[in-house]
Amino acid sequence: MTKVYGLGEVEVHALRGITLAIERGDYVAIMGSSGSGKTTLMNIIGCLDMPTSGRYLLDGIDVRRFGDDQLSLIRNRKVGFVFQSYNLIPRTTALQNVELPLTYAGVPPRERLERARAALDGVGLADRADHEPSELSGGQQQRVAIARAMVGNPSLILADEPTGNLDSVSGDQIMEVVDRVNAEGRTVVLITHEEHVAARAKRVVRVADGLVVSDERRAPVAGAPPHLSGADTGIVEAAS
Amino acid sequence: MIGPEAIRIALQGLLANRLRSALTMLGILIGVGAVIMLVAVGNGSSAAVQQQIQSLGTNRITIMRNFGGFGSGGRRSTNGTQSRSSNLTAADVTALSDKSVAPDIKSVSPVANVQSVTASWQGATYSPSQFVGTVPSYFEAADYQIAAGRLFTSQDEQSHARVVDLGQTVVANLFGTANPLGQFVKFNSTSFQVIGVLKSKGTNGVQDQDDVVLAPLSAVQDTLTGYTGTYDQITVEAVSSGSMTSATNEITSILDGTHKITNAANADFRVLNQATLLAASTSTSSVFTTLLGAVAAISLLVGGIGVMNIMLVTVTERTREIGIRKAIGARKIDILSQFLVESVLLTMIGGLLGVGAGIVGSQFKVVGIQPVIATYSIPLAFGVAVAVGLFFGIYPANRAAKLRPIEALRYE
Repeated sequence: MTKVYGLGEVEVHALRGITLAIERGDYVAIMGSSGSGKTTLMNIIGCLDMPTSGRYLLDGIDVRRFGDDQLSLIRNRKVGFVFQSYNLIPRTTALQNVELPLTYAGVPPRERLERARAALDGVGLADRADHEPSELSGGQQQRVAIARAMVGNPSLILADEPTGNLDSVSGDQIMEVVDRVNAEGRTVVLITHEEHVAARAKRVVRVADGLVVSDERRAPVAGAPPHLSGADTGIVEAAS
Repeated sequence: MIGPEAIRIALQGLLANRLRSALTMLGILIGVGAVIMLVAVGNGSSAAVQQQIQSLGTNRITIMRNFGGFGSGGRRSTNGTQSRSSNLTAADVTALSDKSVAPDIKSVSPVANVQSVTASWQGATYSPSQFVGTVPSYFEAADYQIAAGRLFTSQDEQSHARVVDLGQTVVANLFGTANPLGQFVKFNSTSFQVIGVLKSKGTNGVQDQDDVVLAPLSAVQDTLTGYTGTYDQITVEAVSSGSMTSATNEITSILDGTHKITNAANADFRVLNQATLLAASTSTSSVFTTLLGAVAAISLLVGGIGVMNIMLVTVTERTREIGIRKAIGARKIDILSQFLVESVLLTMIGGLLGVGAGIVGSQFKVVGIQPVIATYSIPLAFGVAVAVGLFFGIYPANRAAKLRPIEALRYE
């Protein structure tokens, strides 16, 4: 895939020809410095943007032929986003934030509420359901964001530097939640520039100047994420 | 996601900025309230004018001498002097009373107006602005009704009885709180007995209609004016308000005959018709109402521009929120309807409050006019307000819906 922004002399080649296959259930960390093209790559993976040339197949479907509304639908059904800055909707309770993807999916209110509560419970925030984002700590907000990403039962979770704005303790808590998400069998694509965060992934892909420079497998696709496999088996059982 | 969901999300958006939403609604409230209230004021003033005109007597036609035609020189009269032909005479009354020629005329009442009369009773004196000598049919034609005692009758008229019916203003000035019935009042030097007090008619806009004394024509001619065989005016009552025009035409053609008028421009009499007055005042007041409504409509439009302004600010301010919503699966229509519903809700709530304000405001007198709410103005103003919300909401909402998610997410 390539991605070019701008035209003529001001052309910016964000992606110069990347070929990448991500298997279902994998846990991939994409690393790279700023300007390396990793955000562009993530936007394309998340169907927020289109490659200039080449193809992107999501679940075997070529997304290039879709219009804006169909892409919205695909994002809604197949992709869950976790952003660095949480991106919760202000002045809206945690529960309503989590409910939102289901609202756009047309799920009836009662079922929506049940699933949103279950998702919040899954990240350990059932007791904060009625709090607004401004009343929650950074770590809690990010957990609400993860619950929102998970509630639609997507096959792919995209996390863009999820710990970037958090202290190391909250960051570790968030990464444990992400590990569990992968242990449930969902594909996780994680963008980070922190080595200890990347160390939790099963596969680390390094990007520089719009190209893949290294692709390293650290654990098999099948099986638990490296950090979760040993000590925290209790959580794995609770989550699965 | 149209329906209760969109309304819930839009309400959340409005509540998030309470003061701003309230101020925007205020703009619409004032617009809608002003339309309802100003139209009500216009309506009320036209109703008041019409009521005044009707208080003169609904089917009343007044024939007056035309002093403009008198002595204008160009007109040829076959016999006698011009002054004689310019008078209204008993012959005219007889001609007008002929049902076969004038089927639309119900009654004909000759009237003698006595100028500068001073009434006195037990030391109190008062000069009524009108002293009218006439016949009983005048009461119905001019819409005078009795409040106490009785109206004078044709018998009184035939017997030259020196009796009077007094208007409320005259009674108040002459008698104060005393009972005037049966009392003898001196008009100039002649005593008349008070036999009745008239019901109050209020003002007709020019004249206090209660400042009046009514007496039998025969007695008035005996004592105050002297018998001249002519009248100051003739009051005619048409059979119905629908026959005013034909009655007017009949009068004109009859008097043209008795006064030997060949050219209408030289007529020595004038025929004043309530219907013409009413039509003139109605057209004046409808212009007035339209003008008031237009001014109010402009304020409604300004309110609508305020809505658009606020919606544009809201969309810009919430660019990031729009990006988030799109990233998690909102379609264009979802975003469009969210903001459109928000602006329509603003104008609907503002419109409802405006209807309330307009109705409440119309209960109070404005510059002496009691407003009368025009029922059409309520749905009209409310409907226009909602349409304004829709119209001025479409552009900002469309702008929001067209935002690209990656750019919107990057917006700080």
